[in-house]
Amino acid sequence: MANIITRRDALRLTAGGAAALALGSQAGAQVPRADVAAPSLAPEKGASLRILRPARFVEPDETIFRANTAKFQQATGIETRVDFVGWEDIRQQSAVAANTGTGPDIVLGWAEDPHVYVDKIIELSDVAEYLGKRYGGWTFLGEKYGKKQGTNNWVGIPFGGTTGPAVFRRSALKEAGFSSIPNDHAGLLKLCQELKRINKPAGFALGNAVGDGNGFANWLIWSHGGYLVDEDGKVAINSKETIAALTFLKDLYASFVPGTLAWGDPSNNRAYAANEVWLTSNGVSLYFALKNDPATRAIAEDTDHQFMPFGTVGKAPQTSLILNAMVFRHTKFPNAAKSYIQFMLESEQYDPWLTGCLGYWSHTLRAYSKSAVWDSDPKLEVYRNGTENQFWSGYKGPISHAAGTVAAEYVMVQMCASVASGQATPEEAAREAERRSRRYYR
Amino acid sequence: MATTTQAAPPIAPQAAPHWSNVRVEPNWLARLFDWKPLLIVACMLPAIGLLMVFLTYPLGLGIWLAFTDTTIGKSGQWVGLENFQYLMEDRQFWQAVFYSVFYTAVATIGKFGLGLWLALLLNKHLPFKSLLRAIILLPWITPTVLTAIAFWWIYDPQFSIISYVAVDALGLRDRYFDFLGSAWPARWSLIAANIWRGIPFVAISLLAGLQTISPSLYEAALLDGSTGWQRFRYITFPLLLPILAIVMTFSIIFTFTDFQLVYAITRGGPVNSTHLMATLAFQRGIPGGMLGEGAAIAVSMIPFLVFATLFSYFALARRKWQQGESND
Repeated sequence: MANIITRRDALRLTAGGAAALALGSQAGAQVPRADVAAPSLAPEKGASLRILRPARFVEPDETIFRANTAKFQQATGIETRVDFVGWEDIRQQSAVAANTGTGPDIVLGWAEDPHVYVDKIIELSDVAEYLGKRYGGWTFLGEKYGKKQGTNNWVGIPFGGTTGPAVFRRSALKEAGFSSIPNDHAGLLKLCQELKRINKPAGFALGNAVGDGNGFANWLIWSHGGYLVDEDGKVAINSKETIAALTFLKDLYASFVPGTLAWGDPSNNRAYAANEVWLTSNGVSLYFALKNDPATRAIAEDTDHQFMPFGTVGKAPQTSLILNAMVFRHTKFPNAAKSYIQFMLESEQYDPWLTGCLGYWSHTLRAYSKSAVWDSDPKLEVYRNGTENQFWSGYKGPISHAAGTVAAEYVMVQMCASVASGQATPEEAAREAERRSRRYYR
Repeated sequence: MATTTQAAPPIAPQAAPHWSNVRVEPNWLARLFDWKPLLIVACMLPAIGLLMVFLTYPLGLGIWLAFTDTTIGKSGQWVGLENFQYLMEDRQFWQAVFYSVFYTAVATIGKFGLGLWLALLLNKHLPFKSLLRAIILLPWITPTVLTAIAFWWIYDPQFSIISYVAVDALGLRDRYFDFLGSAWPARWSLIAANIWRGIPFVAISLLAGLQTISPSLYEAALLDGSTGWQRFRYITFPLLLPILAIVMTFSIIFTFTDFQLVYAITRGGPVNSTHLMATLAFQRGIPGGMLGEGAAIAVSMIPFLVFATLFSYFALARRKWQQGESND
């Protein structure tokens, strides 16, 4: 999906995004910002930039992003080109760019990517510190993923995060005798059993689903106080907390809709939209897909979001998948690249994007919690502070490549699935997960 | 080999002029281009070049990677057999080996049983014979990924057409089939999809073989009072065996290295029970990023493929022409 923005494209895109941008410039006024001197980043003469980012999940993500890029090009005269590539391919493409020293100047990759290529990218502390001061500081995950472990040096600029809380039908909960999702495990189990009894079952992905499967497995372990690795990156998954979590899962799984072991990422969306499942967890895209389709609008009206139960940890046991920008050292135009990132996160550009994505991306700069998008629909409340969640992939360890591999290899998901399916006892499953994780964390 | 240039022979017999066999020495360039070794090298170079670049190099690189700890984003170091040692004690790997062999064996038997039967039916005189034969090919010419997506819907836990017919339309069952939710049903479901896809290839190839069998053999057998089974057993089958062996070799290789069906339908789930070696190699190597380990799994497939090929050739191909001798 290559796109070279020509002048004509730029005009058309600007016109296309005009409505959103107009909305944004009004909304942008609500975002408080401090007057801080911007770092002096004079773009190099004759600079041009290539940016690589993951494909959109909701349409405005792409159109407004392109429109903002076109604005940057108009304002600075720097020729800018954005390529959108599939979610599963961007990691490989970043790897090639990093190793060969050619290709895109900026990659908006996933969470830990800048930490993997830390010696191949340039430091972005000046931009990050300026943005942090101007927009009320970075959120918890913004800082966690932006800064190099144990230092104050910024290696990535987190653009946003996407999170998957519980999505449920209010009518089903009411019929089961609940007004909201209980915040403890016993309550959740009771709710799911009641839902099954009234034939409106819950269902969470236990198949090889990168987003939903890992989200549920992480919640299950974290909410029982378990974790994959300790603070030093030593594998600690084989713990009594994990075994308690897996034992709990056996009971919980019995109340699920059949087939969750085979669910991929789209499966719960389809089942939810077809009145087959009444409680699941997902990003906000499901709600908006339902809301925008006249055939399913009634389901959207009946839908609400809530954090998954806190369990024993007292805070939401969820994380966000962070969209993390990095600038490669091989770029000939580091100042232009930095000023592009800075430009995209200024409220004139960022707020319309955030608003257009309707909550799909949660912001990483705190001032944007005042953005109009979060008040546009009360059902978005739970996504407002999506990047303030105190958990991250590979919790409690340092941000590392290994955490990404464990997620991509479905280690946690398969640990849960093998117990749910009765193939392994909780003890065996935890041991197997430990064995597999050790290989990646060696 | 040097060429000799001969003067033209005299045309008329009268007054033969002075004639001598002048041998014109060709210049060095002409000699060079007439030099056989050079010609051989020059003619084979493009083919060798293509094979080296697109076959030998990737294969060699794959084998090399299998002995390193390369990951995506980091070039690796030689670790010897470490990847293979890890795989030896990896339950998932053995599960994948088991399922690859099982999948190949069952699917091949299914494809050949049904394919041969279909070929025999199509070999009869039917109305619209050509049209029927063309239709039979449809499952095979459909892109695999489309087949996979179609089966993905057919096997969907909530939206399966089979479940719909059995539960909602006919009321035979009170709950939906869970095709892909547990290990064995998922394994059989994938094998069924593979058989459906593979039948046409076998049927059409065997049909071609059947048409080479001379009808006079059947006539002779009929005069001798043979039964249908005897004609199949003593005429059709032995004469079909050579082509059967070749088709089976191809079929085993295609099935053993199958990737798209499994990856698109289950991604190796539930809990890795349907991983084939090919899908596991991809899963470990690309999404998992462990290129070295993925390559080691892929390299482990080579002995199986060599064995399958040798088996087909030596166990099934008894005709001498297949082994490079003339038939007697």
